[in-house]
Amino acid sequence: MEVREFRGEIIIVIPKDKLVQVCAFLRDDSELSYNFLSDLTSLDFFEKKQPRFEVNYHLLSHANRCRLRLKVAVAEGEKVPSVTSIWSTANWHEREVYDLMGIEFENHPDLRRILTPDGWIGHPLRKDYPLTYEEPQFTHNRENPPQLAE
Amino acid sequence: MPHQTETMTINMGPQHPSTHGVLRVILELNGETVVKATPEIGYLHTGMEKLAEHRLYAHWLTVTDRMDYLAPMSNNLGYCLAVEKLLGIEAPPRAQVIRVIMTELTRLASHLLWLGTHAMDIGAMSMLLYCFRERELVLGIYELVSGQRMMSSYFRIGGLMKDIPPDFESRVKEIFQIMPSRIGEYEDLLTNNRIWIQRTKGVGVISAQDAIDWGVTGPSLRGSGVNWDLRKAIPYTGYEKYDFNVPLGKNGDVYDRYLIRVQEMKESLKIVEQALGDIPPGDYISRIPGVTLPPKEDVLTNMEALIYQFKLVVHGMRPPEGEVYQAIESPRGEQGFYICSDGTGKPYRVHVRAPSFVNLSALPKMVEGGLVADVVAAIGSIDIVLGEIDR
Repeated sequence: MEVREFRGEIIIVIPKDKLVQVCAFLRDDSELSYNFLSDLTSLDFFEKKQPRFEVNYHLLSHANRCRLRLKVAVAEGEKVPSVTSIWSTANWHEREVYDLMGIEFENHPDLRRILTPDGWIGHPLRKDYPLTYEEPQFTHNRENPPQLAE
Repeated sequence: MPHQTETMTINMGPQHPSTHGVLRVILELNGETVVKATPEIGYLHTGMEKLAEHRLYAHWLTVTDRMDYLAPMSNNLGYCLAVEKLLGIEAPPRAQVIRVIMTELTRLASHLLWLGTHAMDIGAMSMLLYCFRERELVLGIYELVSGQRMMSSYFRIGGLMKDIPPDFESRVKEIFQIMPSRIGEYEDLLTNNRIWIQRTKGVGVISAQDAIDWGVTGPSLRGSGVNWDLRKAIPYTGYEKYDFNVPLGKNGDVYDRYLIRVQEMKESLKIVEQALGDIPPGDYISRIPGVTLPPKEDVLTNMEALIYQFKLVVHGMRPPEGEVYQAIESPRGEQGFYICSDGTGKPYRVHVRAPSFVNLSALPKMVEGGLVADVVAAIGSIDIVLGEIDR
C-alpha cells in the first residue's frame, strides 16, 4: 500500500483483493463519507512497467468536499472485483473499462461492451491497438506487427 | 383458451427525433407501462480519448469542443484547468474573469437549447424557435471573440486565445438587457400551463439517494434536493467571488428539473453582470516560457523568444510526470478531465468523465414503472448530449 500526493490530490494504491473492503469502509465511515464515485478509469502501461494495467477510482465526499483517488494494479488476464455493490454508478464505468481496455470485473451484473459495436474484437484503448488501419512499422512492433482483428 | 399476456420489446431506435442524438433505448412494455428500459449507446463513438495519446496538449484542445457540442467553451474550460493544474500554473486574473463570463454565457446557450428541444419533445413546439432566436445572441458573442460560432476553442492552456475586442462589453450588456424578459416569456408559456404540468409533474422521478448512488450530477441531482454544485462546493476560476444562488428542487421529477434550469439561466445572467463590471486589466494569457507562446513582438526581436516559439510549435510543451483530475460544473453536471502525463509532449492517457454518460445510466431508474410517453419527457429532462456520452 502506498500513499502519494500530487498537486493537492491524494492518491492511495491498494492491493486488488482489499478493494471492496476499502471502498465499503470509505463509503460507510461517518467521518470520511466518500459517498460518491465520480469516475472509474484504467491505464495501460504496455511494456513500461509490470503489472500492465491500473484501475483508478475517483471518490468524492459531498460532506467533506474533498476527493480521493484509489489505484489498483492489475496484471493482464486478471480480474478485478466490481464495486457496483457499493456505488451503482460503477456499472457503466466498469463496462466502459472492459470494452476499451479489456479488464474484466467479477460480480458485475451485466459485463458487456458499451461503446464499440456488438461483436467487436479487440480493446481499442490498449497501447498495442493501432490508431488507424495502417500502423507504421517501428522497432517496437517489428516482430509482432499490430493486426486489427476485422 | 387461457388468457395470456406477455411483454412487448420495442426499440426506440438510434434514429428518433426525441432521443437528442443517436441513442437507442430498448423498451420492454406491458401495455403502455415500461417494465424495463435499456439504453444502448456507442453510435457516436469516435475514439477521442485514444486520439489524445497521439496529439499534443494544445492540439487536443480543439477536440474537447466536439464532445459536449452544445456547451463547447465549458469543455475547453475543464481541459484547460486540468492541464494548468498539471503544470502548476494559473491563468491571469483578466483571463479568469473572461473565462467565467464566457462559461456562463455557454450555460445560458446550453439551457436555452435544452428548453427548446425538451419543450418541443413534450409538445410545446413553438418554444424551439424562441429559444434558438435567443441562442443566436450568445453565438454572436462567440463569433465576436473567436471568429467561430460554435467550436470556438477560445480558451487556451494558460489563458485565452486572444484578447476581447473593444465592443465585447456592450454586446454582452445587450444580452442581459434582453434576456430577463424573454425568460419571463418562456415561464409564462410553460410554468403554470396545465398541459405542461400534467406531462411533467411526477414523471421521471428519482430519489436523492438513488441519484447519488447512480452518480447523477448537475440539475438532475439538484432536482432531487441534493445541494451540490461544484461552483459553490469546490470553486474554480474565481467563482467564489460572485454572488449567485443554486436552485434546488424537491421531488426529483421532470417539472423540478425544468424549474431549476430556468432559474439557472437567470443566475447565469447575474454572474455575467457581476463579472462584466469587474474585468481587470492585464495580459490575457500567462507568459510562461516553455508553456505558452511568447508575445509576437518579442518573437520578432528577441532570440530566446524565437527559440521558445519554435520549440513550442514543433514539439509542444512538456508537463511534469503525474496525473490530475479536475472537474467543473458544466450545464449537464460534473465534467471531469483525468490527465496522466509521462513527461512528453503528448498525454499518456486522457479520460473525460462525461456527465451525460453517468446521468443516462440512471434513466432506467427514472422510467421503469411509468408510461411510454414519459420516456421521452425523462430523456429530455436529463439533458444528454451524445457527443460527450460516446466521445
